[in-house]
Amino acid sequence: MTDTAHDLQRLAASGRVPPPEVMAARARRWGWWYYVEYWLRTAKAWAQSIVIYMIGEPLLYLIALGVGLGTLVDSGVGTVDGVSYLVFVAPALLISTVVMSTGGELTYPVMAGFKWDRLYYGPHATPVTPAQIGTGQFVGVMLRFVVQAAIFWAIMVAFGAVPRGVLVSALVIPIGVLSAAAFGALLQAYASTLRDEGYQFAFVQRFVIMPMFLFAGTFFPLSSMPIYLHWIGWISPVWHGTQLARQVTYGAVETVWLTIVHVLFLSLCTLVGVRWMRRSYTQRMGA
Amino acid sequence: MPPVTSPAAATGYPIVVAEDLTKVYGQNRAVDGITFSITSGESFGLLGPNGAGKSTTMRMIGGTLTRSGGTMRVAGLDPAERGPEVRAHLGVVPQQDNLDEELTVRDNLIVYGRYFGLPHSYLRTKADELIEFAQLTDKAKSKTTALSGGMKRRLTIARALVNEPKLLLLDEPTTGLDPQARHVLWDRLFRLKEVGVTLVVTTHFMDEAEQLCDRLIVIDHGRIMAEGSPRSLIRDYATREVLEVRFGAQRNAAVVDQLADVATRLEVLPDRILVYTDDGEAALEEISARGLTPITSLVRRSSLEDVFLRLTGRTLVD
Amino acid sequence: MSAPSQDRATESAPVIPEFPTDRPLAAIYGRNARSVIERGFKVIARQNWAVLVSGFFEPVLYLLAMGLGLGALVGEVSGPGGSSIPYTAYIAPALLATSAMNGAIYDSTWNVFFKLRFARVYHAMLQTSLGPMDVALGEIFLALFRGFLYACGFMAVMLVMGLVTSPWAILMVPVALLIAVGFASVGMAVTSYLKSFQQMDVINFVMLPMFLFSATLYPIEVFPEVIQWFIKAMPLWHGVELMRHLAVGFVSGATLGHALYFVAMTVFGVWFTTVRLRALFLR
Repeated sequence: MTDTAHDLQRLAASGRVPPPEVMAARARRWGWWYYVEYWLRTAKAWAQSIVIYMIGEPLLYLIALGVGLGTLVDSGVGTVDGVSYLVFVAPALLISTVVMSTGGELTYPVMAGFKWDRLYYGPHATPVTPAQIGTGQFVGVMLRFVVQAAIFWAIMVAFGAVPRGVLVSALVIPIGVLSAAAFGALLQAYASTLRDEGYQFAFVQRFVIMPMFLFAGTFFPLSSMPIYLHWIGWISPVWHGTQLARQVTYGAVETVWLTIVHVLFLSLCTLVGVRWMRRSYTQRMGA
Repeated sequence: MPPVTSPAAATGYPIVVAEDLTKVYGQNRAVDGITFSITSGESFGLLGPNGAGKSTTMRMIGGTLTRSGGTMRVAGLDPAERGPEVRAHLGVVPQQDNLDEELTVRDNLIVYGRYFGLPHSYLRTKADELIEFAQLTDKAKSKTTALSGGMKRRLTIARALVNEPKLLLLDEPTTGLDPQARHVLWDRLFRLKEVGVTLVVTTHFMDEAEQLCDRLIVIDHGRIMAEGSPRSLIRDYATREVLEVRFGAQRNAAVVDQLADVATRLEVLPDRILVYTDDGEAALEEISARGLTPITSLVRRSSLEDVFLRLTGRTLVD
Repeated sequence: MSAPSQDRATESAPVIPEFPTDRPLAAIYGRNARSVIERGFKVIARQNWAVLVSGFFEPVLYLLAMGLGLGALVGEVSGPGGSSIPYTAYIAPALLATSAMNGAIYDSTWNVFFKLRFARVYHAMLQTSLGPMDVALGEIFLALFRGFLYACGFMAVMLVMGLVTSPWAILMVPVALLIAVGFASVGMAVTSYLKSFQQMDVINFVMLPMFLFSATLYPIEVFPEVIQWFIKAMPLWHGVELMRHLAVGFVSGATLGHALYFVAMTVFGVWFTTVRLRALFLR
């Protein structure tokens, strides 16, 4: 405790704090980043287990589904899309696992921020705005995905699953993050609209994320499903991301306009999602 | 032993007997060898600051926490050996409400009664009576998440009465409630006491202990510091009145020496000085006569807060 | 004699059953698990039914995607006894075993942990004349009931898809319950050691590889023999093999052996959980 009058004077008004207008101006510009800093600080506590997970998951999936399941496929049809099953499935698994991770990062933590732990209301009492809080959390999670995608890519290289070359295949990292952003922004926006305890997340998990993992061209080309199911792929960020990823890892052949559609679709989802999320945060926390 | 004030207790029997009760968590002796006995029909308090070991003691009475040492008999049984049977005698109101949030108010009462093996025929009428007792008639079909803090507390108490227990354990019953809700609750508890239910209350509120308890033990660091009725404790450990004076943070310490002879006893706290005396007004006049005019002054009756301060050198709520 | 019923005491005296003295398990068992089950059904009745039903879809989605989509790439594989069977028929029994495992583990770990730490449902139960064993038995029964519904649903899907080719397949439903009770009993004991949600993730670290490697989607012969032995020590592999044998009616001594594995696991799990009950609930 500072008890003397002098200490108290220094505590209450040292003269080293800029005027309120200056602080407000800084927050107007950088508030979102301040929340990213906060997010990274809290993430540090889990960093160890997250890293183990980010290394363990690609190893497990590539061994089990690439190598193990691959043995069955290779002795069945031989090659898929002109390459071995491991090479075919690896980029898709990268996209899928990164996108699926949004299901953990941008659902319950959002509910915790608004309702359970009310974490958002601390920064809300500062010049940082609700929209900046939402954006900060989104950017923080995307930073995590950069690391996650990079680790997955490195393991793919180690498995020899990138015939197009190490350098070009590194593009799966931005593609993975873009795919996660496309789905994650929409998910975060949706999560921020929920007032109830969030059994809806179980629905999202079972009826959106899981089908996307299973039916959006991850384990088999979309074309091997009946035509009336192809729409599941068309509306899935996972499929668009996977198609791009396959081009850069093994040179899957696709028409240029389709490639443009993939990029546009993912960008558009991100843009719409972020705008919706920012507006929803602002409305919910009262400007 | 101090005089027993409850009429029912005069003819009562020992319903809880604890000897050398101990609970150790690693290095921390949460309850450190306490001995007490509760007579049926009386209203017994455990008073102490947060972390003193009150809730731990309560949970050992019900056998929902295993003790580390000592003996305990509740209605003649050992809760550690015969937990379910012991708890059939008890009504428990925990510190934190643990109502079933997935059920309605009425279903909370019925389902809870089923845990005692009570038949539906009994519970149907009992639930209605308890809802009335808890003044929740128009909320009977609501989920518990829709209740206010005071309502939840009343429902928790009503729920604890479903098995018509001989012994009601109340852990911090009014913590976190607004003054009005507290008084409503105290009124409910008074009525129960009047019809002979034994109450065991933990609290860190002096006024609550004074209102509700015939007899209490003061606990600090897991040990009993004193035992008696609120009145006898105040008589033994404090004076009739207290004069609180403030001279400002810088001056309090400086004037203490000049106050020594106006009081039976002095306590110097960071922000004020407590002057223990039988006549507060006279002491204040004397202080003013010496030219030591305080910034603020207040004369009040002594309370259990003063007893605790005397016993431990600390204030109860900090 | 409490206040609210004072004036009506005569018409409704409480009837708390008498306890026989000195019976075994008196400290942890109040012989009233039924009331815990009743509470569970009351909650299910009020619950969002769609959530309950949606649990059934997960294995079905896997079956459709992997069976039909991937099956087109794989073709036929060799089933129990070496006969050639379609890929869908190969994975369906494995998915039922996995789903039984997942449901049981979810109910005995996450669900128990949540009710213990956050909803405080068990706190309320244990301040009555219930003991921890009543709570454990009640919760395991409810988990099995859900498991039973899902297993029946999945069997119906298999029937419709023409994947049931042997009368032995009817035993797949009780076997799903056997697998579930094995995992649930061990899972509950494990939960007694857990302190935070982060530690819960350890459970996923065990479950995911078990699903990916236990001959669920492809035979384990693709791996070196050392790894095969390791997989064969894990419970899910036995569950998958057991289901597969029953599905095609290839029943032998090995089938019984796999079943005995789960009987042993259940006995161990129940003993383990009973020992840990105080640590789980009375802390």
